[in-house]
Amino acid sequence: MTPAIEIAGLRKGYAGREALRGISLDVAPGEIFALLGPNGAGKTTTVEILEGYRRADAGHVRVLGRDPAGAGPAHRARVGIVLQSSGVYPHMSPREVLTLFAGYYPRPRPVGEVLAAVGLEPSADTQVRLLSGGQRRRLDVALGLVGDPEVIFLDEPTTGFDPEARRACWDVVAGLAAAGTTVFLTTHYMDEARALAGRVAVLRDGEIVAMGRPHELVAEAGTAEIHLDLDPALDATLAEVAGAPVRRHGRRVSLATATPTATLHALTGWALERGVELGRLEVLRPSLEDVYLTLTGADEGGSATATAAGRGVETHPREIQGAGVE
Amino acid sequence: MSRFGRQLRAEQLLYWRNRGAAFFTFLLPLLLLGLLGVIGRDQTVNGRPYADYFVPGMLGVAVVMTTFAGLAITLTIRRERGILKRVRGTPLPPAEYLAALVVSTALVLALEAVVVLAVGRLFLGVDVPGAWWQIVLLVVLGACCFAGLGIAVTRLVPSAEGSSAVVNAIYLPVLIVSGSFYPVEDLPTALRVAAEALPLSHLLTALQDVFIDGGVERSHLAGLGVLVLWGLAGAALAARSFRWEPQA
Repeated sequence: MTPAIEIAGLRKGYAGREALRGISLDVAPGEIFALLGPNGAGKTTTVEILEGYRRADAGHVRVLGRDPAGAGPAHRARVGIVLQSSGVYPHMSPREVLTLFAGYYPRPRPVGEVLAAVGLEPSADTQVRLLSGGQRRRLDVALGLVGDPEVIFLDEPTTGFDPEARRACWDVVAGLAAAGTTVFLTTHYMDEARALAGRVAVLRDGEIVAMGRPHELVAEAGTAEIHLDLDPALDATLAEVAGAPVRRHGRRVSLATATPTATLHALTGWALERGVELGRLEVLRPSLEDVYLTLTGADEGGSATATAAGRGVETHPREIQGAGVE
Repeated sequence: MSRFGRQLRAEQLLYWRNRGAAFFTFLLPLLLLGLLGVIGRDQTVNGRPYADYFVPGMLGVAVVMTTFAGLAITLTIRRERGILKRVRGTPLPPAEYLAALVVSTALVLALEAVVVLAVGRLFLGVDVPGAWWQIVLLVVLGACCFAGLGIAVTRLVPSAEGSSAVVNAIYLPVLIVSGSFYPVEDLPTALRVAAEALPLSHLLTALQDVFIDGGVERSHLAGLGVLVLWGLAGAALAARSFRWEPQA
């Protein structure tokens, strides 16, 4: 089957800086594909090239078999766009704006249905200037849907949503894909990618550093983490016994290992021999967050969650901390 | 209703619902007309009632405010808010979008011109001239030229916040030196030279000709060429440099 979206060797520079350094990916029809990465990695540049707002410097880009740069109204009628930030007429209501925009498309979805899908019915007749940020974002999503597109681009669709609104939006997006729409979304929320996407690509400094199904990325990372509480005086001994570097955060110690069974056996044997209790002992496989933070270079010199929160590498450290340990 | 008709209706809705902008571009010329009517009630200029100058003058002000200022500010704000970028991502052709906005602006101007003429006739004793069709032609010509200039000037306005300030700073001095409030012949030479290089004075002179002499003087037709040149330059610049994405 012809991919809905094809990118090969895509490059784009701004003012001497390379924002995209040769990225390649394909998205199949009906797939939900998530592009992950920190701010400045090139997510928006990529999606705006796919939407036709920017021209690639080099490489091959096709959306529904067409080069989106310079594609005409017939192509735009098949594509839905939810930009990261874009305004709406403040003096119109969501129903009026959706009705107006529905008229731009040859086969729009019924406005009432779209309002219901994004949960905007209660404020459908309130002027946009009086809506909250979250309600406006729902209207953005609704405007992306109203043309009944074959491919929809969502650039950080749920930034600023409360948890309930995010889940509602995920349901909408999952419903679209179930009906055959191809979804290309960018996000820096790991749980969003995990909940929605069939495949993800992790973008770092304009390059794709990993791509695959979320569980495959976790499996490829290969390591497990052992966490326990221990007296700091025993750190050196512990490292020797485990044969792995030890990282400490207060009372808590963690160590990464590719062979958790052997390492755990060595640790428990040593602890029994010495009569030491390994407090709150846990073995965790890395979460997608941990993998992501490692891949994007946010995990240098500290545990994943502590690094993200401490340095503010991500703009939503709470999000990552909350979801960090499974 | 056609797609263009629906877009035009939406533009009208947006114009009249946005009270601040409607006041600025629609009511302000009428307010100025009223004030001049009170202040200049019994005054004469060059042996003619002052109203014979400022009624056509306010028609010119209405043209500039609705088309030039109105389009420049509306489009800059829509560009900076990302509304234009959103529209650009839909199948609506960009030219059709702009055309609906321009035609909507023209409807507002037509209504305003009728009110100016009615106030002049009912309250200021200025009869609508027999050659009223010349007034229609002149207002249409002026509207086309200043619409082109208004769209072109958005390229010079960097942000939504500053758009009113920048646009006002451009056209208010032009209104004053171009003879909107007083005949341009009576200005000091330096200002008169400036006025003649600018487009508005020629539109005002022609409008005043119609009110005072019953038709545009032949010698003033060349001046309308200056207006048209400005309009063409504006349209060319707009076509080349108009931006649909936020600049700030």
